[in-house]
Amino acid sequence: MSTSTPRNIALAGNPNCGKTSLFNQLTGSRQKVGNYAGVTVERKVGFFTTPQNTPIRVLDLPGAYSLSSTSPDEDITRDICLGHHPAEAQPEVLIGVVSASNLRLHLRFLLELKQIGVPVIVALNMMDEAEKIGLTIDTKGLSADLGMPVIPVISLHKQGVTQLLTTLDQPVPAPPALPEGTDLHAEVRRLLSHYVQQPATSRERFTDRLDRWTLHPVLGPLILLVILFIMFQTVFAWAQPIMDALGSGLNDFGAWVLTPLPAGMLHSLLADGVIAGAGTVVVFLPQILILFLWIITLEESGYLPRAAFLLDRVMAMAGLSGRSFIPLLSSFACAIPGIMAARTIQNPRDRLVTILIAPLMTCSARLPVYTLLIGAFVPHRTVWGIMNLQGLVLFGLYATAIISGIIAARIMTRGVASQEHPLLLELPPYRRPLLRSVALGLWQRAVMFLSRVGTIIVSLNVLLWGLSSFPFPPAHATGAAIDYSIAGRIGHLMQPLFSPLGFNWQICVALIPGLAAREVAISSLATVYAIGATGDDAGDKLLPILSSQWSMATAFALLAWYVYAPQCISTLAVMRRETRSLKIVFGAAGYLFGLAYLGAFLTHYITLKMQ
Amino acid sequence: MHTLATLPKGHEAIITSVSHMTDADTIALRLGELGFVPGERVQTIATGPFGREPIAVRLGTSRFALRHSEAARIHLQDSK
Repeated sequence: MSTSTPRNIALAGNPNCGKTSLFNQLTGSRQKVGNYAGVTVERKVGFFTTPQNTPIRVLDLPGAYSLSSTSPDEDITRDICLGHHPAEAQPEVLIGVVSASNLRLHLRFLLELKQIGVPVIVALNMMDEAEKIGLTIDTKGLSADLGMPVIPVISLHKQGVTQLLTTLDQPVPAPPALPEGTDLHAEVRRLLSHYVQQPATSRERFTDRLDRWTLHPVLGPLILLVILFIMFQTVFAWAQPIMDALGSGLNDFGAWVLTPLPAGMLHSLLADGVIAGAGTVVVFLPQILILFLWIITLEESGYLPRAAFLLDRVMAMAGLSGRSFIPLLSSFACAIPGIMAARTIQNPRDRLVTILIAPLMTCSARLPVYTLLIGAFVPHRTVWGIMNLQGLVLFGLYATAIISGIIAARIMTRGVASQEHPLLLELPPYRRPLLRSVALGLWQRAVMFLSRVGTIIVSLNVLLWGLSSFPFPPAHATGAAIDYSIAGRIGHLMQPLFSPLGFNWQICVALIPGLAAREVAISSLATVYAIGATGDDAGDKLLPILSSQWSMATAFALLAWYVYAPQCISTLAVMRRETRSLKIVFGAAGYLFGLAYLGAFLTHYITLKMQ
Repeated sequence: MHTLATLPKGHEAIITSVSHMTDADTIALRLGELGFVPGERVQTIATGPFGREPIAVRLGTSRFALRHSEAARIHLQDSK
């Protein structure tokens, strides 16, 4: 039978049953990743055709342990399976994915699917793993007993997928429901004893051997530390040459575009608004991809839950669980991938708090600002024999941010923490990450990053460029052009608000374009001080001017401001996309600006008193 | 009678019951759905690096990380 409208089917199964690799095997790259309306649960849809040319639309439902849901992920799975979801129709056929090596856990959820009354095809996944540990499964007997087709599959290979496709062409009746009130565990035990033969002597599994090391109270944290160290080394070291090459490539491209254009409005718009704006963000792509390469690999291998296990106590001090650690760590490179990585946190409250404190982790874009101000105002001298005072101040800025993050999380989780907060984390068997899944994951991240964040950034930059360029200065003007622009006027208007922090109007002006990306503040200051330098060398010329014109209190206050201020529109935009709530974005911006103002005010006040 | 929270590392025991702290104890329900049901064998395979919490246990062919309060719901008897 061949129809033009695709048949709706869905993959359902426990977490770690190999559902997503089966999905990738079925659909290849013909899949779309997005969010379910109103929630932050990832929605994966794919398309393929059966041997008889029936077009199929398949949903990869979030992994669930049960239809009595405990998380937003499981809510989606339950609602779609039962046909209660407002936007998704109930699937015509469910493919119940179970791992042959963990049937004791996975069969129970399959029995829940059997009770729904929709045809279910069982994909008995990871048959190779089951064979390796010596299990023999009577698939024919199991299929007859369940009243559902059971198809052995190895989702890493094409094996079984063809048979699965053929089965989709045949009419599959809904399985007979078990009597009301059946003890599903007892039923699972009965099925296992009838159709699965365990080996007489069970060898210790690979996962158990590895866990001896990775979960060890002393060696475990050490191994984690080494992994994290290498991860951050590569994020910074490997990315740097690519970022440099990309940066100069973008410069060349910009020059190539701009050379034929006469100097003027269009030139300025393209150079300062579009190319500079998009460039500052695109340059971060290699860093983000390397970071995600690590995160996806650690996730696919099954190590991530172990890291969460090891760090659970540490994160509990902040009122969070171990799962928040990796996203927060990523935020030291850039809060954007950090906030995106918070998707791996299942608990919605933990996820939200993690997103809210991610901007407090000192991102790499703040380093240029820190370096400039420390270089200008902190004397280069050795303290306590071995330490460099400038390095110490830099370390202090990082430490202040981390401690503030812990305190902020502690406060945010306080009200809700009275409710018990479970860990209940499955530690899945270790698996070799699939090149295909990793590549597909990276590709999806890259596209998502470039298309959505890229468009937001470019439009904001054009807006800021407009604000800083119009209206033009009068013909005989002496000051910097920006002084006469809307941004310049706003700077003067803002000054009364910021004078308690010791900020002059030039700083206020620089804060505005600094909204697009933190490091832009430096080139903006250069423009304001009419140096006419742009980009990286701006700092060198700016340094003596700043140290002669600013007081120490002003400089330190600006440093304190930068520790907290959420002045990076792209972070707020990603926050908006991930949480789908403007209220949260305004709340985050409000609390961060509040902290920044308070921090800068106190720093200014204390520095003045101490002098 | 002891609970999973106090089962020493490396030891195995049989689950006798899972207590529900409230009428709608979602954690106890979830424990049941994960297979923590009377008659199953559990083994503690690791304890957290900072004291007893969290613990990692093996249940059949699955492994789980639990916090103390979750493990304390699971009552055990010695396997021999």
